[in-house]
Amino acid sequence: MKPADIDRALIRATQSGLPLVPRPYEAVGAVLGLSGEEVRERLARMLDSGLIRRIGAVPNHYRLGFTANGMSVWDVDDAQVDALGVRVGALPCVSHCYRRPRHLPDWPYNLFAMLHGRNRDEVEAQAREIAALLGEACRSHDILYSTAILKKTGVRLAGD
Amino acid sequence: MLSPEELHLIAHLHGGFPLVDRPFAEVARQLGCSEDMLLERLRSLLARGDLTRFGPLFQIERAGGRFVLAAMAVPEARFDEVAAQVNGRPEVAHNYRRSHRLNMWFVVAADSAEAAQAVLDGIAADTGIEVLAFPKEKEFFVELKLPIVADYGRKPHEAR
Repeated sequence: MKPADIDRALIRATQSGLPLVPRPYEAVGAVLGLSGEEVRERLARMLDSGLIRRIGAVPNHYRLGFTANGMSVWDVDDAQVDALGVRVGALPCVSHCYRRPRHLPDWPYNLFAMLHGRNRDEVEAQAREIAALLGEACRSHDILYSTAILKKTGVRLAGD
Repeated sequence: MLSPEELHLIAHLHGGFPLVDRPFAEVARQLGCSEDMLLERLRSLLARGDLTRFGPLFQIERAGGRFVLAAMAVPEARFDEVAAQVNGRPEVAHNYRRSHRLNMWFVVAADSAEAAQAVLDGIAADTGIEVLAFPKEKEFFVELKLPIVADYGRKPHEAR
């Protein structure tokens, strides 16, 4: 296998999780015909390159008590959005923060920040914090609460 | 409800899971418990849904994949029917109902930008509803930050 194929095979083998056994890398390698050491080396390389963000526990927000989930969206001056986006993303309450395209005239918002609170009051307090940070660079904003999860399979790399 | 010990474990295992032959044994040493006990706790956190996953968190774009956030304004009378049509596509990873005129927000994961666009076009054709695409143009931050988890751990009486 070429290195890129090995990486894709490793992604497919581990994207649902590592096996909970004393030697998990060896167990993954056994399926792919690699040694545990080879698996660890590839994973270390993927961590270095950023293909793996981290290796660890992925908590369920809801079970941690964060039942109010608001997608806050902001119409921010194009000249300032990148610098301000970094600062919004650094706030402790923000989990995901992206710049995305507007769809005018109905959708003027170009900055998206996901907020998580134990209730909507907490989420609204977080949004006020963002509004204060953005100041006059922000023309308008909205918060879209999730009211039902219609599907959640996790993002997967498809099989061959 | 998560115990303070479980919250501590989740925070401790957020990232940096060791790339060594027996990683659980090494983490158990750091936590002062046995390898068996750590594995058992992780199995139970996963089984209860407190963790959605334990393992590497990939940034699939670095392996050539693409995620696209998209939204539709679905008439209430057709909501369930359209949700079934959207969810029926394997490329749709998440789908949330949100409090807005654009009331259905989903993420399409595909091997390329073109493949993602083909899925969005297909959904628009199936449903007869315009699909607005919000591909990310810039990422400022991804991931729930740990101070929130740590803070939450100090207030176990507020859980739920």
